[in-house]
Amino acid sequence: MEIYAPGGPKPEYRVLNEDGSVVGRVPDLPEDRFIDMYRAMVLARTFDERALNLQRQGRIGTYAPFSGQEAAQIGSFAALEKDDWVFPSYREWAGLIYHGFPMDRALLYSMGHPAGAQAPPDLRVFPVQIVIASQLLHAVGAGWACQLRGERSVAAAFFGDGATSEGDFHEALNMASVFRVPVIFFCQNNGWAISVPVSHQMRSATVAQKAVAYGIDGVRVDGNDVLAVFEVMHRAVEQARSGGGPMLIEAVTYRLGPHTTADDPTRYRDEAEWKQWREQRDPIHRYRKFLEKRGLWDEEKESALREESRRSVDDAVLRAESHPKADPSAVFDHVYGSIPPDLARQKNDLMGRTIQGKGAGA
Amino acid sequence: MRQLTMIQAVQEAMRMALESDERVMVLGEDVGRNGGVFRATEGLQARFGEHRVVDTPLAESAIVGTAIGLAVAGMRPIAEIQFLGFIYEAMEQIAGQAARVRFRSSGQYTVPMVIRAPFGGGVRTPELHSDSLEALFVHTPGVKVVMPSNPRDAKGLLLAAVRDPDPVLYLEPLKLYRAFRADVPEDWYEVPIGQAGVVVEGDDVTLIGWGPTVPVAVKAAEAARERWGYSCEVIDLRTLAPMDTAALVASVEKTGRAVVVHEAVQTGGVGAEVAARIAEGAFLSLEAPVARVTGYDTPYPPPAVEDAWLPGVDRVVEAVRRTVTF
Repeated sequence: MEIYAPGGPKPEYRVLNEDGSVVGRVPDLPEDRFIDMYRAMVLARTFDERALNLQRQGRIGTYAPFSGQEAAQIGSFAALEKDDWVFPSYREWAGLIYHGFPMDRALLYSMGHPAGAQAPPDLRVFPVQIVIASQLLHAVGAGWACQLRGERSVAAAFFGDGATSEGDFHEALNMASVFRVPVIFFCQNNGWAISVPVSHQMRSATVAQKAVAYGIDGVRVDGNDVLAVFEVMHRAVEQARSGGGPMLIEAVTYRLGPHTTADDPTRYRDEAEWKQWREQRDPIHRYRKFLEKRGLWDEEKESALREESRRSVDDAVLRAESHPKADPSAVFDHVYGSIPPDLARQKNDLMGRTIQGKGAGA
Repeated sequence: MRQLTMIQAVQEAMRMALESDERVMVLGEDVGRNGGVFRATEGLQARFGEHRVVDTPLAESAIVGTAIGLAVAGMRPIAEIQFLGFIYEAMEQIAGQAARVRFRSSGQYTVPMVIRAPFGGGVRTPELHSDSLEALFVHTPGVKVVMPSNPRDAKGLLLAAVRDPDPVLYLEPLKLYRAFRADVPEDWYEVPIGQAGVVVEGDDVTLIGWGPTVPVAVKAAEAARERWGYSCEVIDLRTLAPMDTAALVASVEKTGRAVVVHEAVQTGGVGAEVAARIAEGAFLSLEAPVARVTGYDTPYPPPAVEDAWLPGVDRVVEAVRRTVTF
């Protein structure tokens, strides 16, 4: 009798250690790509902190902050091309903004405006997914369509550790494996699914090892090491593009903020754990040290970048807040390709009420 | 004209859809090599290949969820759920996802997809093979729901569903698969989604059914004519969402009476919606309350007792009598 015993955690793939020293193979990239990624990380952190403030001021609604996960998101999106399919969860704004999703649209999403779910036409970015793990199957379908249509694009699904408990996660990995679909499953294991730690989410030592059961490749990477994440994602994308099938990536990271602006993590999370990630494992600090050691960055550039990022976010806030208001009657226009007669009557009812000045809810 | 059974008509529609558009593909459990558990996809994999007629793993949520991604990225999937009673496994992907992709993205992405599923009672199946769950989807904006009651509509509705820009649930009454043959044109034709059909014209009372209860209503209409000389109009709703309210109102304005017949359980059923629309649209024409003849409010019963549970001809005839003599 041979028993398949669960193994211990494999070491996380790393290029940089916590103080930015090189401990692995640095990806072969032009200098400006290294700097671009750093700029994107700082811009993302600035955006995230600003969004939290806007929510506190009542200027946007519920918001799911990503601070602490910038390296995982920007490193992974850096390996994707514009015509690759992206199926994000609701905590992916750092990666999405780097990919070309406008910041004002990201804010509009949290303002409850339908325009916040629309990507620019040159991107294949799906609206952010609220239901946990549902988008993994959409990514499998889109990647499969690319394969069937002979396109070189791949699909990438982004999700968290909580999603790995959902049935759709398992169905997606199995489906992708059976049909050798060009899809990358990118899991940001940030330690917490709202208040439930990953140790209560699963007994497996890692998310990555779950790939083995489905006959696909799995990798565990230090999610706060942007170069390691890029390298792993790059390899997964190349494998998928060249017909080598799907890959599951587990980026080990940490959610420094609350799940959303509606919860208080001090109720369930140990302060010492948070402090350790905040002070010793911050992904931006680590990468900055690397760039400084390479002579690519200094204090002067840093303060210029901080100022520039603040201004970009200010502009985005202005654009979002001056965006035309959503038209209540438009809700009827995108239920079906053409509006059925009874729905048209309901639309007229609502429009009549709005014109009379009673407001849509009257 | 040559005559086909409903299952042959369904199969022919899929064959023509696969021939006419290379984006069309069929996926589901046992649809390939086995040709479907009811033979709906017989011969299609041999003809179109295993990349267009695909045997999937046994996972309903994956079938629908993957079909959504396929449709968004340019394909025209026809997904099969082996029995409608198993569709609960895929409810989130249908109601939470497929139905909302167009809405959520303000029209940027769409899901032109068909989900086929057999259902219906009277054929002695194991549990959850016979349940009529159409109301779940009629209550879900963003999906369309169609249900043929005869071979001609089976082909025409399926071809319309394949060309439709939105997700369409195409529900197949399995009792009618081989119940009778009827004339089915060989060419491509579509039965428009959203239009009910008048199966029998009459003046005294309107019987409204869909799928498996249309033949029941027709038999009841014949019986009521023979026994009491009543002239019954029979309407086949054909599309349950979006519903053809105008056809219902026009008929009841003429007859003044209505009996709705469906196999699904009564409470919260589509019959309630039909009755409400008649009340809203034809109240002053009504001579009697709208009657409902339906499954009882229990889970679908085991085969040994299902005949007593199902809305049969006798129950419909009694309801017609009550309604006309009210």
